[in-house]
Formats: sequence, structure tokens, C-alpha cells
Amino acid sequence: MALGGFPALAGVDLVVRCGELVALRGANGTGKSTLLRLCAGLAPLTRGSAHVLGFDVARQRDVVRAMVGLLGHDNGLYADLTARENVEFVAQLVGAGTNDVESALDRLGIDSRVAAARAGALSAGQRRRTALAALVVRRARLWLLDEPHAGLDGQARAELDGILRDATRSGATVVYTTHESEVSGARIPRTITLSGGIVARDVDSADPS
Amino acid sequence: MNAILAIARKDLRIEWRTRTLLARVVPFALLVLVLFAVALDSEPLLLRAAAGLVWLAMLFAAMLLVQRSFDVETADHALDSLLSFVSSPSKVFFGKALSMFVQLFALAVVLLGAAVVLYGARVDGDGVVLLVTVLITATIGLSVVGTLYGVVVANMSGRDSLLPLLALPVLAPLLIGAARATEAALGSDTIDLANGWAWVALLVTYAVVFGSAGAVAFAPLAQSDS
Repeated sequence: MALGGFPALAGVDLVVRCGELVALRGANGTGKSTLLRLCAGLAPLTRGSAHVLGFDVARQRDVVRAMVGLLGHDNGLYADLTARENVEFVAQLVGAGTNDVESALDRLGIDSRVAAARAGALSAGQRRRTALAALVVRRARLWLLDEPHAGLDGQARAELDGILRDATRSGATVVYTTHESEVSGARIPRTITLSGGIVARDVDSADPS
Repeated sequence: MNAILAIARKDLRIEWRTRTLLARVVPFALLVLVLFAVALDSEPLLLRAAAGLVWLAMLFAAMLLVQRSFDVETADHALDSLLSFVSSPSKVFFGKALSMFVQLFALAVVLLGAAVVLYGARVDGDGVVLLVTVLITATIGLSVVGTLYGVVVANMSGRDSLLPLLALPVLAPLLIGAARATEAALGSDTIDLANGWAWVALLVTYAVVFGSAGAVAFAPLAQSDS
């Protein structure tokens, strides 16, 4: 995978099991975001092979996209739509119902006042919550989150960690980038550190070896 | 189909909130027509050139709408999220092209009305069907090319100036076809209705070719490196 003529990922060899909660760490520019976009089918694979949920990312990108939910560095919201309209729009695209929208807004603690405000007028934390609500509505089998804790206060971070754990309990796989070593005080089950576009360290607390 | 309509509705809702078409694009296009009238300052010449001037103003105005349409997608990297929420990226292409069509069609009606007032253009009974067909086919062509080139430049720096540089040469056949067919519909002495329908055939072919190209090319073009 090349970026501007330079390899953004240079030989990442990685297997993530279904239902795992995996944290990707590494300094800026080590390829974390690129790896997430690649797995989401949003960046082309120029060399090597990659399979997501059993599908070839290079050849079955549309299938992969349908099963993956990506929250990038930015929130992907429309500033001129309200928080509720942003979530409803995603619900329409993925075939979710009104109850799913209400449930997601409630789960993320977005009250009616915030829900009725335009996304462009919300605080950074409120925008992040709205983007996460859209992701909850998505009900993806693989969650890819690029620094999801950024801009969230302590309570919201704890809520997010709860949502991520719930997602893995229901069978989804969660991979997210972070600069932190703990999730709400608990140790992250598996932490992968990227450096120079390759996996430099893979610590799996569930693996006895 | 639901996703296409949802995307079109979202774009139209944003347009309704921001009033880009009403507050910026329509006044700009009308100003272009007025300035042409002032510059040419000859009623017979304006009458002869009315169709071409209307479509030229449409092309300029379309560039503003296309830029706005993709500005809202790139502002918060919403296009990435949008692509991850649809089963096929071509749905995004057709959804955005549909909203573009609705806005451009409304603009075309306004500009033709302005041509009647400013240039003295008239439509007789036989020309109405041809005129409506031209408006629909040419606006579809303009919408799909605008959407296609909008995503080409969406992730480029200096996209405001790049879009017209790349899109206007490709839109030249549409400009010629739409202007000639509209001229026939307006009862020009230089082209009859039968010839006008021949130009409509070109517009239909143009819309089908670029619509198909856009559906296929949208996904790779929408993938940014960032």
C-alpha cells in the first residue's frame, strides 16, 4: 500500500480473530489509519493480500464495505444536518428503523436538545458521540475506529468502552487506534504496535504463549 | 434505489438549509444573461444567440453547484463514511447526480424564463415538447458529468479552478447539442424541429455514456489517499 509514492504499509502480517477487541498503537505516520481504511475497502491494496471476514479486500471490496463500519479521524458528519438527521440518514442507507435511531441516540447520551442541533454547531465531543451513534445504527460485523476516544470526556470514554465491549460480546470484531494503554481502567485484551508500516509488537493477553 | 433517494434527499435538504442555489447560483446565472444582453446590445443577435447563452450560463452555474455538492462531502470526510454505508459506490454517484438534476432543472426553467424576458425568445406549440425533452436530457448529461468530475477533483487542492478546466471541455458536445436543439425548439430560422430531435439523440447518447462511466469510475475516483 503506497501513499504519495512512499509505502504506507510495508509488509504488515496480521490475523485478527472474530469477536476480538484489538487496539492499534504506534506513532503518527506508522500506517494505523491506512490499515483501517484498507480493511474498510476504502483504500486500494497495491501489493500482497488481505481478507476481511473471509472476503478478499482487493476483489470483493463491495462485500467487505457492507459488513464493516468505519469511524475515521474525522466524524463524517454533515454540518448542515442536525445530529438526529445525520443518524437517520445512515439508518436509511443501511435499512435500520426509527427505533434503532432512538436507541443509538439514547445509548450515546444524545438528548433531544443536542439531537435537534445542527452538527456544525455541536462541540467536538458531541460530534464524536453523534458519529458513534451512526456507527451503532450500522450494526457492522467489523468495527474500525480511528482514535474514537479523541474529543470525549471521561464519562463518554467509559460509555464508548462499554459500547465496544458490547459489540464484541454480540460477535462483532473491534479494531481501533489509540495512544492509550488502558480501556476505562481495564487492560486492553490485545495491543498491536505498528512501526514503519510493519507490526513491531503484538501483545495478546489471552494468548498463554 | 432507497439509498439513491436517501442521498438525493440529503443533498436537497442541505441545499434547502444553505440556499446555495437560490442565494448564489441563480443570481450568478441571471447576471451572466444580463451581461450578455448588455454586451451584445442587439435584439436580433440576442434572439439568435439566446439558446447558446442560456446553456453557457447553465454550464457556469453547474460548476458552482458541483463544487458545493462535493464541499459538503469533503468538509468532514463524509464521503468516506458515505461510501462505507452503501453496498455499491455507484449509488452515491446516482444519488448525487439526481439531486444535481433537480437543482439544475429548476435553474434551467428560470434561465429560459429570463431568456424570454431579456432576449424576446418565444416557444410555439410544436416546440414545447422538444424544449422539455432537451431540458431533461441535457440536464441529465450535465448532472452526471458534473458529479463525475466533482469526485475527480474532490480530494485535490485548488479544486475550485480545476473543476471548470477539466469539465468544461468535456461538456462542449453537450453545450453544442443542447444549444442547437433549444434553438430549434425556440423556432429559429436556421434549424428546424426535425434537426432539433437529431441533437436530442446526441444528448441522450451523451447522458448514457457518461452515466455509465460515472457508475463504474466513481468508486476508484472517490478513494482518497488521506
